Amino acid sequence: MDERQRCHLEEVDPVNGKAPDRPEAFRLRAGAGSGERMTLQQTIPPEEAGPKLACRNVWKLFGPHPRRFMTKHGNNPSLEDLAARNYIGAARRVTLDIYQGEIFVIMGLSGSGKSTLVRCMSRLVDPTIGEIILDGRDLSRVSERELIELRRHKMGMVFQHFGLLPHRDVIDNVAFPLEVQGIGRKTREKRAREVLELVGLKDRECNMPNELSGGEQQRVGIARSLAVEPEIWFLDEPFSALDPLIRSEMQEEFLRLQRMLHKTIVFITHDFDEAIRLADRIAIMKDGEVIQVGTAEELVTAPADDYVVEFTSKVPRAKVMSAQSIMEAASPQAGKCRPLTEECTVHCEAKVEEVAPAILANGQRLSVVDDDGKVVGYLRRKTVLGVLFEGEQQ
Amino acid sequence: MTTTTKDRALQSVLFSAAADCRTLARRGVERLRPLAIVLAIVAGVGLAGRHLGWIDAYPDSWIVPLKDWISAAMAWLLHECNLGLFTFKEMTRSISWLISWPLKGAQGLLYQGIDLSILGGSWRLPHLPWAAVVGIGALLGLSLQGWRLAAMTAGGLLYLVLFGQWESAMETLASVIIAVPLGALLGMVLGIISARTKTAEAAIRPVLDLMQTVPIFAYLVPILFLFGFGPVSAMIGTIIYAAPPMVRCTLMGLRSVPADVVESGLVSGCSRRQMLFKIFLPSALPEIMVGLNQVIMLSLNMVIIASMIGAGGLGYDVLNALRQLKIGRGLEAGLSIVVLAVILDRLSQAAARKSKMRERGIGWTRRKSLAAAAAVIILTGGASVLWDGFYVYPESWSVTTAPFWEGAMTWINLHFYDFFYGLRNLLLIYILMPVKKFLVELPWAGVVAALAFISYRLQGVRLLLVTVGLCLFITVTGYWEKAIITVYLCGIGALLSSLGGIFIGICAAGHRRLTGALNLLLDTLQTLPAFVYLMPCVILFRVGDVSALIAIVAYAVVPVIRYTLHGISQVPTPVLESSRISGCSKRQLLVKVQLPLALPDIVLGINQTIMMALSMVVITALIGTRDLGQEVYMALTKADIGRGLVAGVGVACIATVTDRLMQAYISAIKHKTGQTP
Repeated sequence: MDERQRCHLEEVDPVNGKAPDRPEAFRLRAGAGSGERMTLQQTIPPEEAGPKLACRNVWKLFGPHPRRFMTKHGNNPSLEDLAARNYIGAARRVTLDIYQGEIFVIMGLSGSGKSTLVRCMSRLVDPTIGEIILDGRDLSRVSERELIELRRHKMGMVFQHFGLLPHRDVIDNVAFPLEVQGIGRKTREKRAREVLELVGLKDRECNMPNELSGGEQQRVGIARSLAVEPEIWFLDEPFSALDPLIRSEMQEEFLRLQRMLHKTIVFITHDFDEAIRLADRIAIMKDGEVIQVGTAEELVTAPADDYVVEFTSKVPRAKVMSAQSIMEAASPQAGKCRPLTEECTVHCEAKVEEVAPAILANGQRLSVVDDDGKVVGYLRRKTVLGVLFEGEQQ
Repeated sequence: MTTTTKDRALQSVLFSAAADCRTLARRGVERLRPLAIVLAIVAGVGLAGRHLGWIDAYPDSWIVPLKDWISAAMAWLLHECNLGLFTFKEMTRSISWLISWPLKGAQGLLYQGIDLSILGGSWRLPHLPWAAVVGIGALLGLSLQGWRLAAMTAGGLLYLVLFGQWESAMETLASVIIAVPLGALLGMVLGIISARTKTAEAAIRPVLDLMQTVPIFAYLVPILFLFGFGPVSAMIGTIIYAAPPMVRCTLMGLRSVPADVVESGLVSGCSRRQMLFKIFLPSALPEIMVGLNQVIMLSLNMVIIASMIGAGGLGYDVLNALRQLKIGRGLEAGLSIVVLAVILDRLSQAAARKSKMRERGIGWTRRKSLAAAAAVIILTGGASVLWDGFYVYPESWSVTTAPFWEGAMTWINLHFYDFFYGLRNLLLIYILMPVKKFLVELPWAGVVAALAFISYRLQGVRLLLVTVGLCLFITVTGYWEKAIITVYLCGIGALLSSLGGIFIGICAAGHRRLTGALNLLLDTLQTLPAFVYLMPCVILFRVGDVSALIAIVAYAVVPVIRYTLHGISQVPTPVLESSRISGCSKRQLLVKVQLPLALPDIVLGINQTIMMALSMVVITALIGTRDLGQEVYMALTKADIGRGLVAGVGVACIATVTDRLMQAYISAIKHKTGQTP
């Protein structure tokens, strides 16, 4: 198993332990029986959890008089209305909940409005209408001063092209958010050194940004965004400007950081592979609208429309589908039994890709167990091969 | 104006129009039709003008006395306007009193010494010894770049010492040192304001255009009235003249800060102030430094002109020498301005480069520089105590080359008089006079109509309205004929510069070494104040149109060479390679590929050349031309505010019309080849 796969396993394998504070809501429960496709409702968390960040009917239009236009069309213009008046709907009727501690990935092709949406969330861009609710407060109502305070203490953001200040060296860049809060030089540089060490740039603190490689620059960007210990972390295509090798290295780095820090993350990407690898949940955007929100598996197994089908068609099924989605459910009595041997069991959330070697080595059937070690179903070699084969075909 | 010459002119126009029609038939209609229409318009209106006199020559009785109104308004402002607690004049005078303090300080520091009366006793604080200034200059060069710059700075300053120009040079330096920060600050503030909102930019931009196109002479008069005669007014004039590029550079720098950087500042929670001082200004620093360099160069360019309203120093020396035709002395003083300009240019460029590299380790820390400067001052101060010569360079030790230049001039006049005289007459009789006559005879209404047609074809109704409006301003204020003479002198100058410049550019393009040498030469030419060009021309060709023309060509040729070089060198390699593969010879490559693709750049260069020619035309008024520039200059000597301003705005009108037409033409070419911005 190569480095990449191992990391992937670490992320999802419940045996190795998940993030402790990841809410129960995100574990897929395998109760409903085999063959039944997961629906969105199943991932909606219990009421009491409450979202960390929520968008409520957010619209962002670009054009001469967006607000007037919205009012004229009853705050719900169609795509045709927009096109007729040359308005661009960068975000349209977006309603989302993002929960404490999850990695929420927003995906879409370029021009689909994902960058605008994340800028609405941090209010770098003011939404035309709609509410952005952070910890129960509507961001679009707060004053500029409050907004500055919120940004200083709760938000961090990483940019596609790094957005480093070219006239400051690495440590001054990282310490910058602390500097604008008015924190003294000593304290802020100490903190900056800590974060730099975290991202593995300890010895580069005196370099200027233009002396660093792209990957290193983005590490500085990440360190800067983490310097204030933000509660919510926005990453706008952070790895898109990097070449593929560095990109996968940085993804690993990112997962490592998240395992340590457990931030609430909004991650923008146009790369579905990246999304699968990192996301707890994925939102797919098209023309400013969120078409579907769900886990990678849900998007693949229950696409909301043809666009999502097309989008996910290149994805190897084995990577996203879990054992429980293709298993045969065990009979209720069998559920009480313990499996015969350790080697013949797989966890219900394990991906087919990970299960495959075991089933290929161990014969016809594997038991699928849940968190308590209860057998919830069986996995047939034929089904697994089918999924693997289908993936290859596409 | 005799009717015969007019008839002949009309006949020739009609004839060429007819000839054009014939070629039209032969060559295909499209390309030459506009030209034919233009000629037909001029000729048609001209024929109409034979029956309606006002079309031909604008009647004197129709002239709007705008200049008198302005003069009256100015008089009212000066003598009667009362702003409650104080009068307008008191306000402006107190401003000039305020500015005079830092100027006095700088002068005292550099060459006068400062009188202090403390504790009853009267003290005299000595000025910096020349050796200290040279040492600090060298230190500055060393800390900004290295030994070469240090040596150059010290060498230049030593030249000033050695040739006995020190005191004048320091007087000039003192006003530059005060004017530059003030002008730069003004420019930066305006730039920041105009970057903030679109309305502010829309309000500031035309003011900048006007400040840059109205000749300096024109606004010297009102400054003279408001702030009085003296170095302070000269400095205010310099600031107004030098600030616009700073505004533009600041605006450009602020606008080009990457969105990512701006957003990272916002997300970090910067307040508005923090955004400006920690994000925008530092990120725009390279552009701002370029602006600073421009401010310095323009301030030095202004040195001679400023001496007309009371600035002393090198400018005054040059002007005086020029008036008395003391060539040697003028040349030495002029060269001293150049030396000062080159030193300040290189130092500020080094500073700009340093801000762009933004590397640590290069250059010195502030503390080290200050300590070194203090050491230099103490050392030279001590040396001055030991020997006076370090404090003030002994006059008897100074060198002058003036007699040599006087001698050389006499020699040239003795031996080459016939040659230069012949050349001059040749140019006058066969080129200048006929063109001038032809242009002056053209009916104004015809020219305006033709320009209107061209504007409409190039861009549409808006440009047409601008062109017609500006032309009518010139006509209505009674300056049509003077404007035409300006156009003639500037036009021939620009034409010759363009032809020569494009030729030089083409020859040098592709030869790397030649291009390098040429660039160095062009850099130096651009640091010379415009006046310096006048002197050799006057020596060789005496006062008059020919001298003016040659000065214009020498001054204005730089941009067209530069843009031609740039245009040819930026033709994409794949295009060149595909043409070579198609079997183009070198000549074909140039004519069929490189030149057409470089055309927008070349036209832009020509545009710049025209603008420079126009600004030089005004200065050549000093050596006796009869155009709008002369009108402005006369207004200055007679202190006639209205006349100067109106004639100055007239020059600005010519510049604006030309600029708009050229820009429209460039975008038309670019549109055609798909190079739309």
